[in-house]
Amino acid sequence: MSDLPQLVLNGLMTGSILAIGAVGVTLVLGVLRLLHVAHGDTMAFGAYAGLFFTGLVGDNLAVGLVGAVVTSAALAVLVEYVLWRPLRRRRAGMVGLLLSSIGVALVLRHVLFWVAGADPKQYPVDLMRVYEVGPFRLAQSQVLALPVAVVSILFVGWLFSRTAIGKQMRALSDDGALAAVAGIDVNRTIVVIWILSGALAGLAGVLQGLVQNSFNPNLGFQLLLPVFAAVILGGIGSAYGALAGGLVLGLVMEVSTWQGFLGGVPASYKQVVAFAVLILMLLLRPQGLLGKARLR
Amino acid sequence: MTEILDPQFWFFVAVTAGIYTILGLGLQIQFGFAGLLNFGHVAFMAIGAYTMAILVVKAGLSLWVAAICALVVVVPVSLLVGLPTLRLRADYLAMTTLAFAEIVRYVATNEDGLTGGSQGTINLSGPGTTASYNREWLDFVEVVQGWLSPILGDLASRDFVSMLIVWVIALVAIVVLQVLVRSPWGRVLKVIREDEDAAAALGKYVFRFKQQALAIGSLLAAVAGLLHAFQFSFFSPADFVPLVTFNVWMIVILGGTARNWGVPVGAVVFAILYAGTRFLDFAPFSWLDPDERAYLRMIVIGLALILLMVFRPQGILGRRDEMVME
Repeated sequence: MSDLPQLVLNGLMTGSILAIGAVGVTLVLGVLRLLHVAHGDTMAFGAYAGLFFTGLVGDNLAVGLVGAVVTSAALAVLVEYVLWRPLRRRRAGMVGLLLSSIGVALVLRHVLFWVAGADPKQYPVDLMRVYEVGPFRLAQSQVLALPVAVVSILFVGWLFSRTAIGKQMRALSDDGALAAVAGIDVNRTIVVIWILSGALAGLAGVLQGLVQNSFNPNLGFQLLLPVFAAVILGGIGSAYGALAGGLVLGLVMEVSTWQGFLGGVPASYKQVVAFAVLILMLLLRPQGLLGKARLR
Repeated sequence: MTEILDPQFWFFVAVTAGIYTILGLGLQIQFGFAGLLNFGHVAFMAIGAYTMAILVVKAGLSLWVAAICALVVVVPVSLLVGLPTLRLRADYLAMTTLAFAEIVRYVATNEDGLTGGSQGTINLSGPGTTASYNREWLDFVEVVQGWLSPILGDLASRDFVSMLIVWVIALVAIVVLQVLVRSPWGRVLKVIREDEDAAAALGKYVFRFKQQALAIGSLLAAVAGLLHAFQFSFFSPADFVPLVTFNVWMIVILGGTARNWGVPVGAVVFAILYAGTRFLDFAPFSWLDPDERAYLRMIVIGLALILLMVFRPQGILGRRDEMVME
């Protein structure tokens, strides 16, 4: 059906959403040893917050986007103060943190179900409107989402490479003890990591809600496994790796459905493709695309 | 409120608790003793149940032969899952097993021709006919009922006998695991959990011990899957959502890690809490519609999990010094 250039474009769209989602997961895992299962549901929260703020001022998507980013970041910081910091003080291990995160995920998702209902929701975009640019056909939602995604990824790249706080976050993720000895304020940097992680989760949620046309509170959990795969692909704890891993994975997932490629994989099996990439990666290069060998 | 006094309902709760006990024992050996973070436990339950049902309906095998085939299938699958992940850090195993379980569910949902698709096993022999696989199990329950009714009279109902069978299997599993973990093999597992390098330095092949723990745990999950399938005479991919795995984790932690007898304790507490929310039909809960009550139940489970991890991470029977920290 779709030709290759179109699939590459769709892959970039999917990939940039995965990349934006994966940055927060990899930093939180690298710094706090917390596999953040609730990250998916933070994305779903962002999608609904975006919907709420969009409707607040006469269907303004920009307001919705900003509202979603701010409230998702606030949510992440709130949970840090209420739960993660007390748990760290009690010296909870990786398993304790992981199970608490599952608890947070269950609560968040079902509060969304309760408040917003299970029926699919939609952003106010014109689904019929299609723009033709060269070989590409872009839906209106993609025209809106793609530039935002590209700018956000460039911004995150700039943040990590050029700003002091970005370098501090990477240092902490690389070697926490060393970073603390070097004078980095660990608790402050962790709060910044949660702000960034929550904000990007909210952003990814809005973008996914846009390009998916309609969504329900399960949006986040459906994104979670490809995001995890992107994190491993990039190497756990590596911020640049998460960006690269997300983009590569998104491209592979979409292009795998191309009929020129052995007839193509059925679209319902895209998640299986993500899993296959993950397994191959673990066998061939377990430290990830950009990660360093530190696996145990 | 009459349901709360109905013994048949409580037999059913006990069956659920028994199945969760068997699942929990599988996770106990993997996590409590070997320190493996398996978040895809439900996948092996699904593979066991589906293999059995497919072999009975499509290949016409006897239920008992099919059940043994299902158990035989699960072992190599678990070894394959362990192959790329068990040598890596714990978080890789957690993510990969979670993903694996979701893949199994996707395949079960999408391969209508093999599994009956999202409608479940009722659709196994194609649309229009109702497939059933557990006639032999029902016959077996009836036979046991025949043995017991002279002794127990009216008490020996179908639900009561099912409960008895499930719990006999669960108790046998507890005893077998108890023997296993007290053997030299079990002590090596504990060493691996505490310090992998020390175990390797003692000349133990760590990877192989982890593979064995993963396989034994998956086998128990498959047994639980078979019992689930026998009980309900019909199942669908919706029975194997990640939540089942999370429930099992909660049960193992609640009972206490590295405590085999903690598992049934955790499972019974969990099953009573889970079934108990059914009776929240008085005000203010009666103001909620059934959907909202289902959401409330999930929110309560989530909060319980968080509070457990904050206030008593070692569980009911657990000891703090044997808690798995990493």
